[in-house]
Amino acid sequence: MTTTAPGTTPKRGVQPIRKVRRGGPAIVQFYRSAVGKKWVMALTGLALMGFVLFHMVGNLKLFISKSELNLYGEALRDIPGHLLPRTVLLWGLRIGLILAFVFHIHAAYSLTLLNRKARPDRYRSPRDYVAADFASRTMRWTGIIVLLFLIYHLLDLTWGAANPEFVRGDPYNNLVYSLDRTPVAIVYIVANIALAFHLYHGGWSLFQSLGWNNPHYNKGRRLFAQGFAALILLGNLTFPLAVQFGLVEPACPHTDPVEQCDEESGL
Amino acid sequence: MTLVSRVPEGAIADKWDNHKFGVKLVNPANKRRFDIIIVGTGLAGASAAASLAELGYNVKVITFHDSPRRAHSIAAQGGINAAKNYKNDGDSVYRLFYDTIKGGDYRAREANVYRLAQVSVDIIDQCVAQGVPFAREYGGLLDNRSFGGAQVSRTFYARGQTGQQLLLGAYQALMRQVHLGSVTLYPRTEMLDLVVKDGHAAGIVCRDLDTGDVFSMSGHAVVLATGGYGNVFYLSTNAKNSNVTAAWRASKRGAFMANPCYTQIHPTCIPASDDFQSKLTLMSESLRNDGRIWVPKQMDDPRSPDQIPVDERDYFLERRYPAFGNLVPRDVASRAAKREVDSGRGVGPLKNGVYLDFGHAIERLGVEVVEERYSNLFEMYERITGEDPYTVPMRIYPAVHYTMGGLWVDYNLMSNLPGLFVLGEANFSDHGANRLGASALMQGLADGYFVLPYTIGDYLAPLLGQQPLATDDPAFRDAEQHVDEQVRRLLSINGKRTVDDIHRQLGKVLWDNCGMSRTEQSLTKALSEIPAIREEFWENVRVLGENETRNQSLEKAGRVADFLEFAELMVYDALDRKESCGGHFREEYRTEDGEALRDDANFAYVAAWEFNGVGEDPTLHKEPLVFEYAHPSTRSYK
Amino acid sequence: MSGANESMRITLKAWRQASAEVRGEFETYDVPGVSPDMSFLEMLDIVNERLILDGKEPIAFDHDCREGICGSCGMMINGQAHGPERGTATCQLHMRKFSDGDHITIEPWRAAAFPVVKDMIVDRSAFDVIIEAGGYIGVGTGGAPDGNEIPIPKPVADAAMDAAACIGCGACVAACPNGAAQLFTSAKIQHLNLLPQGQAERWDRTVNMVDTMETYFGSCTNHRECEAACPKSISIDFIALMNKDYVKAQFKQRRLIGQSLP
Ligand SMILES: Cc1cc2nc3c(=O)[nH]c(=O)nc-3n(C[C@H](O)[C@H](O)[C@H](O)COP(=O)(O)OP(=O)(O)OC[C@H]3O[C@@H](n4cnc5c(N)ncnc54)[C@H](O)[C@@H]3O)c2cc1C
Ligand code: HEM
Ligand code: HEM
Ligand code: SF4
Ligand code: F3S
Ligand code: FES
Repeated sequence: MTTTAPGTTPKRGVQPIRKVRRGGPAIVQFYRSAVGKKWVMALTGLALMGFVLFHMVGNLKLFISKSELNLYGEALRDIPGHLLPRTVLLWGLRIGLILAFVFHIHAAYSLTLLNRKARPDRYRSPRDYVAADFASRTMRWTGIIVLLFLIYHLLDLTWGAANPEFVRGDPYNNLVYSLDRTPVAIVYIVANIALAFHLYHGGWSLFQSLGWNNPHYNKGRRLFAQGFAALILLGNLTFPLAVQFGLVEPACPHTDPVEQCDEESGL
Repeated sequence: MTLVSRVPEGAIADKWDNHKFGVKLVNPANKRRFDIIIVGTGLAGASAAASLAELGYNVKVITFHDSPRRAHSIAAQGGINAAKNYKNDGDSVYRLFYDTIKGGDYRAREANVYRLAQVSVDIIDQCVAQGVPFAREYGGLLDNRSFGGAQVSRTFYARGQTGQQLLLGAYQALMRQVHLGSVTLYPRTEMLDLVVKDGHAAGIVCRDLDTGDVFSMSGHAVVLATGGYGNVFYLSTNAKNSNVTAAWRASKRGAFMANPCYTQIHPTCIPASDDFQSKLTLMSESLRNDGRIWVPKQMDDPRSPDQIPVDERDYFLERRYPAFGNLVPRDVASRAAKREVDSGRGVGPLKNGVYLDFGHAIERLGVEVVEERYSNLFEMYERITGEDPYTVPMRIYPAVHYTMGGLWVDYNLMSNLPGLFVLGEANFSDHGANRLGASALMQGLADGYFVLPYTIGDYLAPLLGQQPLATDDPAFRDAEQHVDEQVRRLLSINGKRTVDDIHRQLGKVLWDNCGMSRTEQSLTKALSEIPAIREEFWENVRVLGENETRNQSLEKAGRVADFLEFAELMVYDALDRKESCGGHFREEYRTEDGEALRDDANFAYVAAWEFNGVGEDPTLHKEPLVFEYAHPSTRSYK
Repeated sequence: MSGANESMRITLKAWRQASAEVRGEFETYDVPGVSPDMSFLEMLDIVNERLILDGKEPIAFDHDCREGICGSCGMMINGQAHGPERGTATCQLHMRKFSDGDHITIEPWRAAAFPVVKDMIVDRSAFDVIIEAGGYIGVGTGGAPDGNEIPIPKPVADAAMDAAACIGCGACVAACPNGAAQLFTSAKIQHLNLLPQGQAERWDRTVNMVDTMETYFGSCTNHRECEAACPKSISIDFIALMNKDYVKAQFKQRRLIGQSLP
């Protein structure tokens, strides 16, 4: 008994900016709607936040020792021990991560288009925003920066295409070598600042999108976002900075990843 | 021509039931074969449209607003009465009936008022079911407050936004019918003429406000629910676009205008601050529940209110009307305030107000309770005046608020033109010479939800099988041409004065001579001045722009042109009614202590005026009023 | 009133556009003699009176009640919907909020769903379409149970009233960087969804109104500008509640299963 056809009002001059298609499985119908897409964005955003947090914490092993970091990378590939063949579970997680990114970005893209259509004619006088902050108004830009960074990051540390000294299976040396180059360190720093802004708004916004609203904890939502963004920012900034300031063991490629670097072979 | 009021036989309590059984019905399957045009989407229009459409009639709804929800009813603040007796304080249908008749100074038709009181209880139920968020008590039941002119608590309210919530309820019901296809909605469309064929209302002529197109619409019945004419005074509490055009043009086509001189002046409005003032803002009457009204005893007292000790204040309502105190009916409170201001005790920079003080209430109840009850009204006051009512007493003064007069209708709400029905503030029916607070919302919804849906069938049933008049009939063509000509004429004058300027002049003449108190002399003066202003208007008004795009000056000009004709009738009626009653106070007719003096022997009738041409004397038709139950007594609130 | 004698001089830059079909542009007017006690619209009235006497067409703007309740008025004033005072519609904004010598720029609401009719007037009938899609409780006239039959806890009635206070002015859309009508729609939905009377159609209503909204308006990224611009200070909490109801409606409640009073 649903219809979007306007009733009988002959004088109505407004044109829809899009058609809502009906039918199909509930989940598809749900994702067609903007509210549904935002819900998906929030859930995928939450998953991504989980990943970023886990990733940051994992990377902190950098400060323990070279072998710890490399063993950590190794351990990830090995979970859950011998219950599954090596890397199967990791791939599972990676696929989840990729899907999260894909949906997050697709939803962001399609909603951005919708929003453009919703106001084709811009305001001619400058807006004076009251509540919208820098973070909320730059979500698309910070998102794109993070995306570009991610591509570079994968080329740099996962596939090695952007890293001349790349050795598969030796994340420590790859990383330290990479971050030792000042421009690369700057890229990491900028990207993580963008990410922090993205999370500053996103970490709060997702509660609204998911409908998690309750006077008893509403204040906590903003605190959560601020805390989370700050945590990720601080954590992730330590890596490029530590390498730049020589606070971690220098990279020494072409050695056994688990061994300590000996003096002679160091670069 | 004699006026047939069609009041049914029987004891007053049975009349409505008898009538409902007696009226002709239209078979459900046949209802869709009737086209009904409803002009106006206020409480009366929207509720009627929703109810009739739901019954199956084919309904067309016209409003000049951009959405039905914006009708002036939205602005009502205080509340709506109903004889629910939820407070166990002795209320009953009969008491509401009695209070309304008495409040109206024995100038309303008993049978109509009794019916109003009867259906009042259904209105609340209907609105609650529609989701109107009335105020509730902690136990979850509906809350009530008391209002002027009553000694029981029977007023239901939704914060200070009762009219809004009731109208949204009706609007939503209407939009549901639009969705179902049973209502065709024409927003931004103004009715500019009524078409009458063989003495029956046959349709209307409209102007599309966006394009200037003039077009006709025909139907088996035309329902006007176009609100009141308070804006004839220029300054009033009515929304800026409220006007008399629909009713007046119907009147020019033969419908009788009844009691046009009955205008209500509301005591609690924010005083005007300067000439640029565009309208006056009402502060809900509910403020009088806890606020106390006073002026300094000393004339031209220069002290600020907090410097004036209590024994140098004159709480003049409490002094003069100990039984009702600050809760006397509106007309009484207004005149009392005028008397104080006229005697030089007015307060504020222009000495044009009296204090409404919450100091005592705050002491007695605490800030929280006062805040809970009135915070939004206080905020509104502060926004407008820049003063904080929690610390400085409010200043108030009476302003034109409501018009009891309107098109004459019978018990079926049909005017003397068969097929033309009039609902809400646009008709004259239920409030006599003075309306009690919170009764207009009740009347609008009663008319639309619970009266018209029954009574319209009585007119329609015999018309089954008849087609509505074709819109290319000469009657339509003539009316269209008429409207076209007026538009062209207004655009071509290109004089030197703006529409508002002339309207302001008219308003001042009316306020000074036909306002809160009137004399034969002032009324005669007004009668001589109004035609001159009208002439000035038609020679010297300047309306710029074109017909084909949105032209607000043109719209306004058409409305003011009608006010200029209507004003004369209003004054005429006031002059003719040689007594004081309710909102009509003639200085010559008052008791020794200055209260209104009614003349039941000579004036217990409804004055229904027949239009005879602009500038011509209208013809008076009288509908005698008989009081079998509420026997006229002197209205005393002492 | 505060100071009836001081008068201000304002420079007003107003968007002038004769109709939807033609291009518009800003025009600048010098406005002396503005009293701080004037409302913003009274200031425009004066400008218009003077324009007419100069033979120029007055600035068209929608207005009616001038009490902040009908929702007719509204324009961007210096880049803010309804101007600089929070919780205030344009008609309730007073010139004491400005100072002598101020430049004020006014522009109509801009959104695809709000085409300009003339100058400041836009067509907001898309809001009516959203209501049509389900913004009601489908009870006919007559036959309603007694008003006190279902007690409603005061906090629930109050919350419903908070939502119902919306005046349909469109400032939320105008202020939203995305041109989203989330605040309006959620207020209308939640007003009814919160009440026991609104339960029967709760899930259908939510889906229909949201889907209709999305055919005309943008989507919400939680900028909160709408709440700041809203003359009734309606809370974005209602947006969250609407989102929640939408998800429930699409999954949990699709077959009326689990419909129950809250
Ligand atoms: C500030 C204020 C506060 C009030 N408070 C209360 C209160 O607390 N309690 C109470 O009971 N009463 C109150 N009243 C009175 C009450 O609000 C009105 O009497 C009542 O709402 C009138 O309703 P209506 O349906 O008759 O007309 P309105 O609501 O005035 O509706 C008129 C409709 O007719 C349309 N219309 C008019 N002319 C034309 C035309 N020519 N062509 C097309 N359409 C036309 C308009 O667009 C509008 O839709 C108050 C009034 C005011 C001014
Ligand atoms: C990769 C490219 C990315 C793009 C283009 C992108 C874009 C966006 C956009 C446009 C929004 C909507 C803004 C809003 O709802 O307020 C958003 C929300 C969000 N993003 Fe991203 N983002 C990206 C990556 C990420 C990453 C890596 C994370 C987590 C670490 C993340 C977490 C979030 C969160 C939590 C939200 C809030 C979701 C909501 O409110 O529903 N995003 N993103
Ligand atoms: C300074 C901050 C960061 C450091 C030091 C860092 C370091 C690393 C390292 C060393 C790897 C390789 C792990 C391996 O191959 O075993 C890696 C992989 C990865 N990083 Fe980061 N990273 C940082 C920030 C980020 C951010 C902000 C994102 C997301 C937006 C991210 C996303 C990824 C992804 C998706 C992979 C691939 C994981 C996989 O192979 O499954 N990284 N990172
Ligand atoms: S939600 Fe607020 S801003 Fe939006 S239409 Fe309603 S009242 Fe206006
Ligand atoms: S400003 Fe717009 S983005 Fe959402 S919170 Fe309000 S609708
Ligand atoms: S004019 Fe009615 S809200 Fe401003």
